[in-house]
Amino acid sequence: MIAAADPRSAVPLLELKAASKQFVTTLDLSARIANVFGAGLREEVVQAVDCVDLAIGEGEVVGLVGESGCGKSTLGRLAVGLLPLSAGARFWRGQPLAGLTPAAARERQLKMQLIFQDPYAALNPRLSVIDLVGEAPVVHRLIGQRQQIEYVGLQLNRVGLDPTLMRRFPHQFSGGQRARIGIARALAVKPEFLVCDESVAALDVSIQAQVLNLFMDLRAALNLTYLFISHDLGVVRHISDRVVIMYLGRVVESGPAAELFATPNHPYTQALLAEVGKLEPKKRRFVPVKGEIPSPLSPPSGCHFHPRCPYAMPRCTEIAPPLEEIAPGRWSACYLNDTGA
Amino acid sequence: MTEALLSVDRLRTYFFTKAGVCKAVDDVSFAVDGGEVLGLVGESGSGKSMTGYSIMGLVDPPGRVVGGRILLAGRDLASLPAEEMRQLRGNRIAMIFQDPMMTLNPVLRIDTQMVETILAHEKIPRAAALDRARAALVQVGIPSPDARLKAYPHQFSGGMRQRVAVAIALLNRPDVMIADEPTTALDVTIQGQILYEMQKLTRETGAALIWITHDLSVIAGLADRICVMYAGRIVEQGSTAAVLRAPRHPYTRGLLDSVPGNAPAREKLKQISGMTPSLIELPPGCAFRSRCPYATAECEETPEMRPYGAIGQSIRCFHPLSQP
Repeated sequence: MIAAADPRSAVPLLELKAASKQFVTTLDLSARIANVFGAGLREEVVQAVDCVDLAIGEGEVVGLVGESGCGKSTLGRLAVGLLPLSAGARFWRGQPLAGLTPAAARERQLKMQLIFQDPYAALNPRLSVIDLVGEAPVVHRLIGQRQQIEYVGLQLNRVGLDPTLMRRFPHQFSGGQRARIGIARALAVKPEFLVCDESVAALDVSIQAQVLNLFMDLRAALNLTYLFISHDLGVVRHISDRVVIMYLGRVVESGPAAELFATPNHPYTQALLAEVGKLEPKKRRFVPVKGEIPSPLSPPSGCHFHPRCPYAMPRCTEIAPPLEEIAPGRWSACYLNDTGA
Repeated sequence: MTEALLSVDRLRTYFFTKAGVCKAVDDVSFAVDGGEVLGLVGESGSGKSMTGYSIMGLVDPPGRVVGGRILLAGRDLASLPAEEMRQLRGNRIAMIFQDPMMTLNPVLRIDTQMVETILAHEKIPRAAALDRARAALVQVGIPSPDARLKAYPHQFSGGMRQRVAVAIALLNRPDVMIADEPTTALDVTIQGQILYEMQKLTRETGAALIWITHDLSVIAGLADRICVMYAGRIVEQGSTAAVLRAPRHPYTRGLLDSVPGNAPAREKLKQISGMTPSLIELPPGCAFRSRCPYATAECEETPEMRPYGAIGQSIRCFHPLSQP
């Protein structure tokens, strides 16, 4: 289960090796008391991310796609270090990120920033833009307190906001403007790597187009690397170089965006792409994928997709298929690719 | 227009707020026939949902329907007394909301809620109502309906809850169904399932369906005709093929260009600059003119809806696009 690094750079900018994340709901006092009387309650474990390898090359845009509950946001948080790994390791330019001194860890950490989904919830309503954007660079001594106004002005200009608005508060801005403030805040500490977690999902189509264009401009201007998390395949296809598809905590397919969208290999990817709305004014017959997304609390055995898969075989229910290279740069976890069997 | 099952004629819904009058729906006219799917497309604040609420008679103060007619099989819903409107609502016209929990009562079992919906409009035995509720669940593709009738809403997944909401809308075999972004909160594979069921249902029941959405790609495969709304007004109306292939209004063109996946990958999208104006005390004239590349002094007058082009579109614009 090793996903290929981008061939353009030998050492990936950020790499996750066999990263796993479990969430455990610990038993509260009442449950523990109930257990004394033989209720037999157990801790519930969600395997949110299950042994995922992810390597992101410098300057690359990787799109991470999946439905709700597949662990894509958790993986994004693991990548920037907002959540600790349950197992596995993180590497920054080939160097392990674990076991650093606090000062060194902080320095690396500044290079990775996260832009959140909800531009309404991600900004403190009681702080003005100058504090929202300008606080972190001052705290981290990237600039002096006296340079703050000028610096914030530059950051706002870069994301297409009028610097004269920097004394205003978040509620005085529209959704699109707030998204831009969120981007300016992340960029203010001069990061090299950005995780964008559904950063355009809450925006109207015309505003979404503006923000996507901004992401592409910034990438070119600042040589940024993105992990772009989205459930919207149209957005991902538009912005990504490489796409990773997740289903219930595991990567099921990854590959260069153009190839993956042209010839999806995994049955889940095929189903997902079939649902992508096209702007073709043709009466489409919607052909649904059967079944529900299973609960991550009790995922199906073997390949997680087998209860919904039209090609499921007996062995799909037993052991999960490994992620294997099916063509240069293209990886898929499906037994259908096993020609030898 | 008089032939159509539901026709909305010059509908105006205004909100009288402290900050001023907000014209949420301003001079909206359209008609929809049985078995037809009409797509009502627009961005947030365009008045698309408020048009749906106005038809249902669900506009709360400070909002009010201040003008226009809503004719359902010849009866004007806008001037109907509240009690008569209540008899029609959920019976002849039904609405499906974005969040199914708005339809479902969390503390009542599904069967209680479904039977209540039927008995509110018809005097039939409880057992017959229960049978009809069961049939409706089967119709929307819910497995093991007998067990599901006994369940509470929290025991359903998001997609299943939305199916139950659709089933409740279907219970009294309405003539018109209004669906307000029912698939927006759902995952793509589940959205596909709901769209499949809705498409099947309109074919089977012959009901008119008004589908309100911000997502052009959903409507492209589903609707027969599309109305594009901007700042409370319909700016373009026509067959789905005409509006999507040959849009005549600059806003429709801009909206289509903004959809990623439609454009070549990794190139810049042709964006509409600026943002939607506030509807409070909106100055007269074309509301799109501040964002429109073709705007002239003439656009300070409000354009009227007029037919344009060979394929039966109508638009509200002084400078229609000749080249699609």
